Amino acid sequence: MLRLHYNLEKLSMGLVGAIIVAASIGGLVEIAPLFTIDETVAVPDDLRPHTPLELAGREIYIREGCYACHSQMVRSLADEIDRYGPYSLAGESAYDHPMLWGSKRTGPDLARLGGKYSDLWHVEHLVDPRSVVPASIMPAYPWLARPLDTGLLHDKLATLARLGVPYDEAMIAAAKTDALAQSRPDSDGAEAVTVRYGGKVAVRAFDGDPETLTEMDAVVAYLQSLGTLTEAPYRVLAEDRP
Amino acid sequence: MSGTDTREVDPVTGHDTTGHNWNGIKELNTPFPKLVIWILALAFLYSVVAWILLPAWPTGRDYTRGLLGLDQGTEAVTGFREIAAERQGWLDRFEAPDIAALQADTGLMRQAMPAARRLFDDNCAACHGTSGQGGPGFPVLADGYWLWSGDPAEIALTIRHGINANEESRIAEMPAFNWMSAAERAELAGYVATLPKGDADSDSPAAAIFSENCAACHGDGGTGGLGVGAPSLTDVSVLYGQDAATVLQTLTHGRHGVMPAWAGRLSEAEINLLALYVADLAETKGEVAK
Ligand code: HEC
Ligand code: HEC
Ligand code: HEC
Repeated sequence: MLRLHYNLEKLSMGLVGAIIVAASIGGLVEIAPLFTIDETVAVPDDLRPHTPLELAGREIYIREGCYACHSQMVRSLADEIDRYGPYSLAGESAYDHPMLWGSKRTGPDLARLGGKYSDLWHVEHLVDPRSVVPASIMPAYPWLARPLDTGLLHDKLATLARLGVPYDEAMIAAAKTDALAQSRPDSDGAEAVTVRYGGKVAVRAFDGDPETLTEMDAVVAYLQSLGTLTEAPYRVLAEDRP
Repeated sequence: MSGTDTREVDPVTGHDTTGHNWNGIKELNTPFPKLVIWILALAFLYSVVAWILLPAWPTGRDYTRGLLGLDQGTEAVTGFREIAAERQGWLDRFEAPDIAALQADTGLMRQAMPAARRLFDDNCAACHGTSGQGGPGFPVLADGYWLWSGDPAEIALTIRHGINANEESRIAEMPAFNWMSAAERAELAGYVATLPKGDADSDSPAAAIFSENCAACHGDGGTGGLGVGAPSLTDVSVLYGQDAATVLQTLTHGRHGVMPAWAGRLSEAEINLLALYVADLAETKGEVAK
């Protein structure tokens, strides 16, 4: 044999070079495909970004660690489609920073949750899961009834816009008022929310009380939006395949 | 380093030494175990085969598809369609317009009930309870008292479009009577609370307020059955609660219960199947869920 290893070991610079080559192959294989991510992940035409209220709900979802028990990704397996609906596409979470796909399922997957339950059910379930699902092991989140802090929403939208989420100037400027208006269907700003984010956005008093904007409003608005941001997965499922 | 003459073999293990010498201590140059080398070589070989057969290398905007042409999404959808096709044999019979007639087909019903129970557990049990026993704000389905109707076709309509969920839903609105004086509301609440007992005073002022304001939806004397989603207030079945305190809440704030719409999420046949299952729940008082 060439005794390559034997000789390389004695040549320290040679060894350093060989280690760099070997390690960079691993790095290259993982990193290089990301250079073309914009072309390989097709962002659906009808994908809308989260409204400020939903975005606030998403932050709370992350803060409370809901992702530790709930995935948001229907895997491309027949049984999953049967139970949850169309499998998740990468493009669906193109505007999510960070994405919340997850793989740990202590509770069910939530990717297709929007519209499955009523707002009232979500409120009762979050305040006391056992009141509606007696055998549930999900923790209770009664403190979500406190007022929502909207102070950072403007900056959050601006930051996401820099990351490529299509929030325009008007959306960023109105972040705070839109968050409030989405939970007050009878208020002046309510229509502006649907004009900015599309007619399918739910504008309701999510926690049942239009007077105060609470964290509950935000979380429920977010949960009701899951799987409703684009129709693309349904189109892909209906496609004719070979 | 050249030639075999400089090799120095360790007498105990028979391996070469590296030739380094630290105060008489030498390092062995133990070769890598052959088995590991072979496994490594096989693994490399396998990866080359996999590159050829399966989707593997990115090529800018595309990727190499592999000779087998496999695609996980297509496989999943095909598998899903196979599952659906297996059920089609009996499930598509539930697309029939006259679903009530299917109830008589005991063989078919027995075959379909396990699937119906699974659908109910996945989609309905969170609100209506695993055996249809309901809860505050979520009606009991296993008792034979209906907000709308126990006819399977009507139940299917409720499941398909929901109640107060979207533009196509059934509408059920219990208005808020906060324009009434607090005293009137309290009196009325007391009256409504006694209705199920059957000894309500029909000549009382509260009874008069009731006929004037409530009977249009809840029926004369609160017997319900007008098909507007307003429950009978004279039977033992309750939605939110019929004690005076809860009725007062209902009167002050109104009620607007939401039952989600399932068209789109469930197929037409699945909705019909569930309607028959719900009818069965009511008939057997929840026994079929056990
Ligand atoms: C310890 C694990 C755990 C955590 C943390 C958790 N859940 Fe759950 N969740 C569950 C389990 C188990 C269920 C199923 C039983 C039930 O419905 O309560 C569930 C059910 C749900 C459902 C109903 C899903 C369906 O399709 O029936 C929703 C919605 C939900 N959780 C939302 C949340 C939110 C929002 C949070 C964070 C505020 C959260 N969960 C945190 C375990 C968890
Ligand atoms: C988010 C909670 C929720 C879920 C999930 C739900 N329902 Fe309901 N359902 C309700 C509520 C609330 C009502 C009563 C609406 C009202 O107050 O008028 C109702 C009413 C009904 C009725 C009418 C009962 C009557 O007396 O006329 C039927 C039938 C029914 N549901 C069946 C189902 C079936 C079948 C499913 C599963 C596919 C289901 N529901 C899932 C909340 C729910
Ligand atoms: C416009 C029709 C309408 C009128 C008028 C109306 N109701 Fe109702 N009522 C409803 C409906 C619909 C519901 C069911 C609410 C739901 O599904 O969320 C309901 C529910 C109730 C309930 C709850 C029953 C339970 O089991 O928890 C009570 C109590 C009640 N109404 C009392 C009254 C009284 C008293 C009046 C007169 C002051 C009245 N309603 C007038 C439509 C009406």
